[in-house]
Amino acid sequence: MASSSSYNSPCAACKFLRRKCMPDCIFAPYFPPEEPQKFANVHKIFGASNVSKLLNEVLPHQREDAVNSLAYEAEARIKDPVYGCVGAISVLQRQVIRLQKELDATNAEMIRYTNTCTEIIPTHHHHHDAATRMLGNNEGPDVGGSSSSLLAQSPSSAAFYYPSPWNNDLSGDAFHHIH
Amino acid sequence: MISGRCAACKSQRRKCPSDCIFSPYFPPNDPQRFACVHRIYGCSNVGKMLQQMPVQMRAQAVDTLYMEARWRIEDPVYGCVKLISQLHQNLNDTESELAKVKALIAFHKLQISQVNELHQPDLDASQSNVEQFQFNYSTQNHYPWFIN
Repeated sequence: MASSSSYNSPCAACKFLRRKCMPDCIFAPYFPPEEPQKFANVHKIFGASNVSKLLNEVLPHQREDAVNSLAYEAEARIKDPVYGCVGAISVLQRQVIRLQKELDATNAEMIRYTNTCTEIIPTHHHHHDAATRMLGNNEGPDVGGSSSSLLAQSPSSAAFYYPSPWNNDLSGDAFHHIH
Repeated sequence: MISGRCAACKSQRRKCPSDCIFSPYFPPNDPQRFACVHRIYGCSNVGKMLQQMPVQMRAQAVDTLYMEARWRIEDPVYGCVKLISQLHQNLNDTESELAKVKALIAFHKLQISQVNELHQPDLDASQSNVEQFQFNYSTQNHYPWFIN
């Protein structure tokens, strides 16, 4: 088959679509022939035409990330046709909430210990400060707040506790299989 | 009373048959729902996906497709994947914080036990003991590639 891209084999997209891979093929930089499954997944879920339109909507330097995120979503949707990435998001949110509760409880426990130390070791304060400095700043990010502000920014954020087949897998192991 | 065409058939300018696969999930009074899903996935792909799953799961599938389509329209580069990576980051930050607080508690427990033994703590030694507490928390980094 005569091809203008005579030095390179057709990209995975053009191989899949059984067409000539032109030098200006929009898919070629992002779908190398060594990764046929990547394009197959993206094509199955989004369709080549939609992917092409989407790539034309974003700036060239953003296209690689766009393709990779589409591939990620496509793979998630193929593995879980009902929930796709939304299932993974639901699991992660529950994990964040659970961990935040654990952190709150642990902070409360630490305050109790700090108070106990203050009572029995009057000169304790500077030891605690030294320990704190050694361990780094105790003030972490406002994880709960940042999570909820993220959700507030995303569409349908109120509908986030989505039932998923991963409800019983709070460790997120099912999501980890995707990546 | 025959109801009108579903949003999908209206958008595609075709008759809406009685067994239309889209009509239960794309009512005519919410054209935006089908428009979003069609723009990202395409009518044909959505139809195939719905046909391949049990009927009782289709409503949820359409809901999640709609959510992901909206994210993708709002953020054409990252879609919902950005939220996933941010949640992973939050998880890691919280795990780190938890590990630090637990180490501090262990340090305080050590101090208290030393005092309780009526042993005046050697201040330098008790501080150096803190270094013995290992941070053995795991941060399972299953980030999308673009998060360091």
